Amino acid sequence: MSPHLVFDIAHLLAGAMVLISLMMLYQDRLTALIKVFALQAVALAASVAWQAYAHDAPHLYVTAAIALIFKAIALPLALQRMVTRLGLHRQVETAVATGPTMLAGLGLVGLSLVIMLPVTATSDPLAREDLAFALSVVLLGLLMMVTRRNAVSQIIGFMSMENGLILAATGARGMPLVVEISVAFSVLIAFIVIGVVLFHIRERFDTVDVDALDRFRGGRS
Amino acid sequence: MALISHLLIQGGQMLLVLALAPLVTGLVRKVKARLYRKRGASIVQPYRDLARLLRKEAVVAEGASWLFRAAPYLIFAATWVAAALVPTFATGLLFSWSADLIAIIALLGSARFFLALAGMDIGTSFGGLGASREMMISSLAEPAMIMIVFSLALVAGSTQLSTMAGVMLAGVGLRVSLALALIALMIVALAENARIPVDNPSTHLELTMVHEAMVLEYSGRHLALIELSAQLKLLLYISLIACVFTPWGLAPAGAGAGAFALGFVTYGAKLVCGAALLGAFEASIAKMRVFRVPDFLGAALMLGLLGTLLLFVSRGL
Amino acid sequence: MGGPLIAPLPGTLVSILALFALAALAVPLARTPLGRPLVYGASALISATAFVFGVQGMLGTPATLVLPLGVPWMGAHFSLDPLAGFFLCVINLGGAAASLYGIGYGRHEHAPQRVLPFFPAFLGAMSLVLVAADAYSFLFGWELMSLASWALVVAHDKSADNLKAGFVYIAMASFGTLALMLAFALLAGGGDLTFATLAHAPHGPLVGALVLALALLGAGSKAGLVPLHVWLPLAHPAAPSHVSALMSGVMTKVAVYGFIRIVFDLAGPPAWWWGIPVLAIGGISAVAGVLQALLQSDMKRVLAFSTIENIGIIFIGLGLALAFRGNGLMAAGALALTAGLFHVLNHALFKNLLFFGAGAVLNATGARDLEKLGGLIHRMPTTAVVMLVGAAAISALPPLNGFVSEWLTFQAILLSPALSPWGLKLLVPLVGALLALAAALAAACFVRLYGIAFLGRPRSEEAAQAVEVDRWSRGAMVGLATLCVLAGILPGPVLDALQNAVGPLMGARLPVQTDVAWLSIIPVGESRSSYNGLLVFVFMVLSAGLMALVIHRFASRALRRAPAWDCGFPNADPITQYSASSFGQPLRRVFARTLFSAREEVTMPPPGDSAPARIRLTERDPAWALLFTPLARAVEALAERSNILPYLTIRQYLGIVFATLVALLLVLAIWR
Repeated sequence: MSPHLVFDIAHLLAGAMVLISLMMLYQDRLTALIKVFALQAVALAASVAWQAYAHDAPHLYVTAAIALIFKAIALPLALQRMVTRLGLHRQVETAVATGPTMLAGLGLVGLSLVIMLPVTATSDPLAREDLAFALSVVLLGLLMMVTRRNAVSQIIGFMSMENGLILAATGARGMPLVVEISVAFSVLIAFIVIGVVLFHIRERFDTVDVDALDRFRGGRS
Repeated sequence: MALISHLLIQGGQMLLVLALAPLVTGLVRKVKARLYRKRGASIVQPYRDLARLLRKEAVVAEGASWLFRAAPYLIFAATWVAAALVPTFATGLLFSWSADLIAIIALLGSARFFLALAGMDIGTSFGGLGASREMMISSLAEPAMIMIVFSLALVAGSTQLSTMAGVMLAGVGLRVSLALALIALMIVALAENARIPVDNPSTHLELTMVHEAMVLEYSGRHLALIELSAQLKLLLYISLIACVFTPWGLAPAGAGAGAFALGFVTYGAKLVCGAALLGAFEASIAKMRVFRVPDFLGAALMLGLLGTLLLFVSRGL
Repeated sequence: MGGPLIAPLPGTLVSILALFALAALAVPLARTPLGRPLVYGASALISATAFVFGVQGMLGTPATLVLPLGVPWMGAHFSLDPLAGFFLCVINLGGAAASLYGIGYGRHEHAPQRVLPFFPAFLGAMSLVLVAADAYSFLFGWELMSLASWALVVAHDKSADNLKAGFVYIAMASFGTLALMLAFALLAGGGDLTFATLAHAPHGPLVGALVLALALLGAGSKAGLVPLHVWLPLAHPAAPSHVSALMSGVMTKVAVYGFIRIVFDLAGPPAWWWGIPVLAIGGISAVAGVLQALLQSDMKRVLAFSTIENIGIIFIGLGLALAFRGNGLMAAGALALTAGLFHVLNHALFKNLLFFGAGAVLNATGARDLEKLGGLIHRMPTTAVVMLVGAAAISALPPLNGFVSEWLTFQAILLSPALSPWGLKLLVPLVGALLALAAALAAACFVRLYGIAFLGRPRSEEAAQAVEVDRWSRGAMVGLATLCVLAGILPGPVLDALQNAVGPLMGARLPVQTDVAWLSIIPVGESRSSYNGLLVFVFMVLSAGLMALVIHRFASRALRRAPAWDCGFPNADPITQYSASSFGQPLRRVFARTLFSAREEVTMPPPGDSAPARIRLTERDPAWALLFTPLARAVEALAERSNILPYLTIRQYLGIVFATLVALLLVLAIWR
């Protein structure tokens, strides 16, 4: 296979992740959001697997498998169940309208390109453009967390941010598996914690709108 | 002699698109109907409809001006010229350099301009509603389309469709910006052709309709022309996507009969695939609220812009 | 063929002089019944002559002339190079058309003595700016142009609105002149003020940057760039329609000329970033102008706002040219500048045409408000056709002229990945998106304008009783519409002629277009892009004709008139039609809510009451809110302070005068 095609496919997969991040910003249904998130995890798995193949680094296959099993299958299913069990209103409650959010997202992608491409001008083109994409995914995840009210969508924003980090790490010629496993576990723990907290919020306040927490805090002091 | 054969090929393409356009629409309807578990009308039904419309007398509203009667011809002419300039089975046709992709988009804009005016001519509330919404949709779809053109043109180094198809055929690799452009182009194509989820081509008497509301007052031969223009436009967009993203089988300029035969066959296959995909997509999705459409098209605009941006900052993307 | 009877530069000067003489003559003539046709007829003839001189100037070699006028030790310098020649053509073409139109239109003027003398003076002053070759004559002409047009703005009935328009206009015009004066002073740096010296005066990068900023302020405020545009939608519609046409279609071009002269010619080689502010302001003006045009219901205000859009498009071309030139890409710069200049010509053609049409509608119905019009296509057939051409041309639809210049601008944008600075790499695609958005919105805007005013059913008694305008007005409009079509289908010769102006400024030219087969235009290379307006036009005519033939031969030709169907709910009342504001509603909701804080307030009558529900639309120009209102407040506060002046004693007055004198002397002392 020509090295050109190897590059192109890697780019395409990383670009797909950015695109899916933008798609997540666009969703207005919680269930759809979860599905899109699963799609991003699949793209991540594919991207990591491709890196494993391209750089002949078998341990990355493990990373890809972890991404596929946990993020693309287990987590979405769990979230889905949570949403149904909580009987959450299906609408994603946005703090900022979709249009401006997308515009801001576009600006963030531009920003990360401008930051990454000149800084890493000397390293090899595959790594630098992948890094730019990874930074975009991270920033878009953050943007998602900032602009969504609903705790579930905030979790998803957080997870997609983590996807970006993994993309960056594999782009930089693979990180040791140990780190990866610990990241995965920490995320899992974070997920469980947030899940538990969610139930508690729900029991106490009958809503998962995180703004409600602020209101209650304001009310008490 | 060469000029004559070129002219013949060009003329053949013009007739070909005209002849195939209703068939594609019929095919889309058939696929949709089958997916809804209905039998559906025959795929040649659009031809019968056109013939029936042409036979009928035209009923024109009392307050209609000459513009109302002239508009169908203008719309048809602009759409037909645009459709004839998109390479279908062969590239490098005689007149393909007389308008590039930007001009083709603008020609469709001309058609829309007159369609919207025709909708407003009689002074009914439905006509105004359709025209107003159509212009809202186009005000987002057109810039998105221009951004897509930018992406394609920057990759190919040309805004000429023939050159573009040639460059794509030679292989430009898998580009992220091309992928973005493809998605954006599909969104724009849905909006421009008044398909679900933006508009519903098979609805009447609904406040959500856009295209149908504009042409509500037309009948007889005028309606036939407008329907034919809409069908041509659908064919144009499918051909456009096919020519840029799947340029395989296109006969190059001055090729022999074998190449043309191959071009015909592959073009037919592409049309069938495009129609089937469109039908399947339409069957699986619901129409949006009107004020959700700007978000949808805004996404296309942003994808197009992102694609262009990527090309501007790095030739490798 | 001998040489021209009279050299173009002296000829132009004589025409300008003749216009001024005509202005003086018009004062007594205005009171006689023959005054109007005489004055307008004469100014049409003189403008036409000056147009011919302009063509000669554009195609010939630069000429200069020094006259012992003005400042004693320097004299007045004049010159006519291809750039000035091109603008001279544009201005006098517009001037001739407006004069022709005025012959008929002026009949409806109540107070001709308030319009007639200033009209030729305005035309003369604009041409004077173009041939001026030193800062004094330039600023003299500029100021004269501002004053004459100001007099025309306030000429009409003394409504408070017009007076406000006049006040805002004169304030902005003075500000603009001040900025230009400073720009010239900076460029001169102590030397004399002829353009020939200014162009070669050495100056540092800081001075260059300041000159760019001042030129943007000075020329930009005259041209109507956002955020200095606030006077334009007030002043342009206030004047009589043919003067509105001149102000919008032609005077803004003088401002564009001023910008090109100062920044491209006098300020020396541009720095790499000079294109950035010009591009950004151009892009913002284009979109903001057309969006606001969509919100207006006054026909002439719609046109005035659309002028802001078109000026934005022109400045996008100029900004690209600056960016290319600053980064050493001369050939691409030549394309961008050509695109900008071509749009100058196109906008002059269709904006004049549209303002003439608006004037015709105003004459025929007495209404400028779109909500009172409708159905004029039946009553004013010629005006309706030419307005359709104008509306299609300004919406950048092929095969008309507006499309060609926008197409060229897009081609220039596509050349810009070659620019290396990062700021430009990110800005240019964004500006491309803004340009595309502006073009699409312009189509929506003019569908709305045309559809509401000319189509549908009349919304008022006056619109139902409208009569077609006089022959002269129609002649002027038909002429301009023809030129719009011609420039659209045969752009090649125009582009070639423009190269004389572009070449010296950019150091590069486009390839010769008239050699290309089939009259196509190929700005860069054949494999890259080409467009053939003529063929597209012929194809469209042929295919429409062919279809009509086929249908009339083989299909049913029966036609029956019947009441409108309207989905089974026909309603005879014209008030049920879509109105201008309802047509704009989706776009208002999508675009103008955040940008212009557009709001809709619906007041419903209580249940059981048969009163109509009312809707009130409000919008706000952020330029007023963010820039001018605070400024006005500051000025007011300052005035409040100085309000104590009348209560001072004579001794205190003298004290103030003395203190000022001493302060000035001190400044002088420190300066030395």
